[in-house]
Amino acid sequence: MNWITNYVRPRINSIFSRREMPENLWTKCDSCGTMLFHREVTDNLGVCTNCTHHMNITPRARFTALFDGGIFSEIDVPEPTQDPLHFRDQKKYPDRLRAAQRATGEKEAMLVAAGEIGRTPVVCAAQDFSFMAGSMGMYVGNAIIKAAQEAKRLKRPLILFSAAGGARMQEGILSLMQMPRTTVAIQMLREAGLPYIVVLTHPTTGGVTASYAMLGDVQIAEPNALICFAGPRVIEQTIREKLPEGFQRAEYLLEHGMLDRVTDRRQMREELTTIIRMLTGMPPAVQGDLPPPEPLPDTAISDDT
Amino acid sequence: MTHYLDFEKPLAEIEGKAEELRNMARKNEEMHVEDEAAALDRKAQDLLKDLYKKLTPWRKCQVARHPDRPHCKDYIEALFTEYTPLAGDRGFADDDAVMGGLARFNDQPVMVIGHEKGNDTQSRIERNFGMARPEGYRKAIRLMDMADRFGLPVITLVDTPGAYPGKGAEERGQSEAIARSTEKCLQIGVPLISIIIGEGGSGGAVAFATANRLAMLEHSVYSVISPEGCASILWKDAEKMREAAEALRLTAQDLLKLGITDRVIAEPLGGAHRDREATIAAVGKTIAAMLDEMSDMKPKALVKARRDKFLNMGDKGLAA
Repeated sequence: MNWITNYVRPRINSIFSRREMPENLWTKCDSCGTMLFHREVTDNLGVCTNCTHHMNITPRARFTALFDGGIFSEIDVPEPTQDPLHFRDQKKYPDRLRAAQRATGEKEAMLVAAGEIGRTPVVCAAQDFSFMAGSMGMYVGNAIIKAAQEAKRLKRPLILFSAAGGARMQEGILSLMQMPRTTVAIQMLREAGLPYIVVLTHPTTGGVTASYAMLGDVQIAEPNALICFAGPRVIEQTIREKLPEGFQRAEYLLEHGMLDRVTDRRQMREELTTIIRMLTGMPPAVQGDLPPPEPLPDTAISDDT
Repeated sequence: MTHYLDFEKPLAEIEGKAEELRNMARKNEEMHVEDEAAALDRKAQDLLKDLYKKLTPWRKCQVARHPDRPHCKDYIEALFTEYTPLAGDRGFADDDAVMGGLARFNDQPVMVIGHEKGNDTQSRIERNFGMARPEGYRKAIRLMDMADRFGLPVITLVDTPGAYPGKGAEERGQSEAIARSTEKCLQIGVPLISIIIGEGGSGGAVAFATANRLAMLEHSVYSVISPEGCASILWKDAEKMREAAEALRLTAQDLLKLGITDRVIAEPLGGAHRDREATIAAVGKTIAAMLDEMSDMKPKALVKARRDKFLNMGDKGLAA
């Protein structure tokens, strides 16, 4: 069985257009309201060229920008039991899932891939906020476990980009159980002596923050990302007072000692490369433009089973 | 005074009448009411049986939160000897929502840790209604770590609406504290036994309940979110908590089917609060049995078994 599927070639034109709008349209920054040329935003990794607000980007767009030459191999995630609770609120859970799949073109809320960043081999997992608010259910749990297993097998660091509203309520207790499950995955990495870097993106909240997203060797966040256990609205209702400006934002957490760094998305790739190369005892990365790397030799991607 | 839940109203009426009759008889010795009162008692008993025969998930939530239900402190006092509370997280404060310390269980030294909700207004406020702050989880981490070093089994008693959603709690890293506590649960090379005695509220419960063996009282609940919270998000109406409680499958019975809990401990008729001693004794028996199951296991095997349990969790859903 081969876990790594086809190479995904960069599809620059379709990075955003599939789920947002055609690239010839203008897009409005959610923060400053400036009308921006869509292509310009795409080239700027979803960061507003006017106010540097970091908009949500999909895991696929992120990986395309992150990996050398936009090349990465997607790692298959074992399928969990479908709709284990037969959950139904105003809609049936399978209907909600299908709607999310149609809207995003993705199977679930996490993408796992292997590849190189600045010629540094890594495994990456990224959560997709546009897929049911990135919520952590059994699939996301399986994805993290798979990512950790692959990192261990390939002896590579794991980089995880978190983005989630929390646990997936429609999977009830089984979504809650992803907190211990993913924690086991992180322990496997630690025992194998492999770095685990977490990049918290907007927003990362609830049970996700209270498990794998807070257990990184290095904790980095994107600017102004909301990172919390209980959301600001819940807290305001509980304590009945206004919360301070910037409460639970990345910079606030940095100030309170909960993060190592807050890093602009456009510098993230370089920073990750630098940190990982030091943690794994590699020489400094070559600065400047790199030629596109050769595809991985077959031996590196073939399964050892 | 007995505290009646809303669905117990008819019961309250009958029991009230019987009480009233007996009061009258006490004042007026010529009145003979015992037959009538006994008949009312029987009627009340039948009604109680009827009400509790098939509690809906929402009613179970109500029973799990019943103010007279035995709490962590009651179990510790009744089941353990030489309880020696240990306080503080060594960083910021001691959290009264989490009690814990050294104790003996059937003479065997153990570490016992649990959420305490309090039993009157003052103690409820002191205990923050069983909602722990980061200090509470960090205290638990410290105690579990100590238990690991000295080879003491850890017993956790879970009863919390959830971790406290407050400003200071967030600033001091509520999520990190919960994550580390769950992590510690998975690391220790001693038996870890957890009992959900009332409410198992989300991450605040997972931080203690990531155990080798988990047991739940018959009318306790364990859930990713409170039914009220779930209703207000998915139904956009907090009043739909009955539907949400149903959908979430949070009862001990459903969780047994899903392989989340290993055992369900039967409660006395009418819930734990109607016979506290019997409930506490039943929990004691279960703890003893579960400790016994693991008495021969080596540290490495305990860690591995615990991890495998969680890695394999979720393989089975509910039958259609």
